[in-house]
Amino acid sequence: MNKNVERLYNGIVKENPTFVLMLGMCPTLAVTTAAINGLGMGLSTTVVLILSNMLISAFRKVIPNGVRMPAYIVIVASLVTIVEFFMKAYTPSLASALGVYIPLIVVNCIILGRAESYASKNPVVPSIFDGIGMGLGFTVGLTSIGIVREILGAGQLFGHQILSLDWFTPITIFVMAPGAFLVLAFLVAGMNIIRKKMDEKGKPLASPSGCLTGDCASCSQSSMCTGKKEAE
Amino acid sequence: MSELYNVSSSPHVRSKDTTSRIMLYVVIALLPTSIFGIYNFGYKALVLMLVTIASCLVSEWVFEKIVHKKSTLGDMSAVVTGLLLALNLPATLPWWEAVIGGVFAIIIVKMMFGGLGQNFMNPALGARCFLLIAFAADMTNFSIDSYSGATPLALIRNEGVDSVNIMDMLIGKTAGTIGETSVIAILIGAIFLILMGVIDLRIPGTYIVSFVIFLILFSGHGFDVNYIVAELCGGGLMLGAFFMATDYVTSPITPMGQMLYGICLGVLTGLFRTFGANAEGVSFAIILSNLLVPMIEKITIPKAFGQVKEVKKHE
Repeated sequence: MNKNVERLYNGIVKENPTFVLMLGMCPTLAVTTAAINGLGMGLSTTVVLILSNMLISAFRKVIPNGVRMPAYIVIVASLVTIVEFFMKAYTPSLASALGVYIPLIVVNCIILGRAESYASKNPVVPSIFDGIGMGLGFTVGLTSIGIVREILGAGQLFGHQILSLDWFTPITIFVMAPGAFLVLAFLVAGMNIIRKKMDEKGKPLASPSGCLTGDCASCSQSSMCTGKKEAE
Repeated sequence: MSELYNVSSSPHVRSKDTTSRIMLYVVIALLPTSIFGIYNFGYKALVLMLVTIASCLVSEWVFEKIVHKKSTLGDMSAVVTGLLLALNLPATLPWWEAVIGGVFAIIIVKMMFGGLGQNFMNPALGARCFLLIAFAADMTNFSIDSYSGATPLALIRNEGVDSVNIMDMLIGKTAGTIGETSVIAILIGAIFLILMGVIDLRIPGTYIVSFVIFLILFSGHGFDVNYIVAELCGGGLMLGAFFMATDYVTSPITPMGQMLYGICLGVLTGLFRTFGANAEGVSFAIILSNLLVPMIEKITIPKAFGQVKEVKKHE
């Protein structure tokens, strides 16, 4: 498979940041009260991710290893600020709905994780595609959680009333915090069922190969990881 | 084979109590409350009870079919969960919301965590709190027939303790959920359970005592007998103390732990009722304390027979 296409597939399906890597949980749980918020959050993160992957990959040979984290943060924070200004100018309602979570993209684990584990070690073009794949994977995750929560919690889809309030009583818990945890849990469980089925068919989706830290003991994926080094 | 001369590893003497027998006792103990609920709120209460019990049984059966587990319908615990859930709902609740409650209680609170004995909080109360947040308007709609709609606790909070009639609260002729109104009916069931040895007074006793102490200290009413009795008889405190806080799975097994758990319940209930946004707080107090149970058990492990305190060595 073409390396770039493989990066896209990897980000959206195999290592989906929301359902497989479990990264960026804070915005995932907080902003997905409606599908449009999930989509907006996902796309703005995607833009930042693509640009940050591109820049970090381009500068990977000049950034000294000892100060790479501060350097990444400076790059990411500048990009986030630009995106935030654009959103405030052109989509003010979305910007106010997402609130503090737009500036918080700076500390989103996905962005630093991809910078550290991929962009800092690979050439520019695959890094861009990695950013697109991961960003779209995040968008898919957030939007699907948002869709489920919006339908159950308000009977709406992207702001349109699809379940008539004449007979449907909105289950308001789904637009509140507990609903986010419930929906995420069920979607991850569904993803794991698919993963298991594929394994049984002999076409494994493969466990996440992008080791983020190299430290298996503190890795959230260690229970599923097949390439794990046994702890001494 | 003789029971006495059986060669095996311990335990050698087993109690005749089985899960299903204990659950049957609980159902019997809940009968007075249920019957009074039906008498007080009419056929709607009966319909809700049947609906929640059926939805609990069906969801347990379906879940066990899907995951290929042996059916545990025989242990009757789903019936108890369904009945307790119905007793915690207002009679006006639409039936399909009650169905969602039953499904949530069994599948999410109980079966997802491994079935009876593994659930970390009382399934019926977990479902009640879920419904309370999910359908806040329907779950607090107590207006039925002759009742004005406000529960005694809400009346006490808004109009003072003189606006409620304690005699009515004892008998149960007030607004509220199906099973919480009649203190007398609940106490009849509780005495039956205590006589049969199913529950003891440790948890409900410390619960009620610590709640009363909390009220005297912090409610701002001081030692006002009328107020204290009204708070005790109002809302779900009695039902919760005797039937839900004592749930074997979600309460501590050590005697000291049970007292600590009771105190926890009393303080939390007092806190929620006195300073919280709602007049009622029993169900939240119980599920919050349920979460503390593993920690309570950890710090109250009793001393083994013959164990002595570790003596500090002098160098």
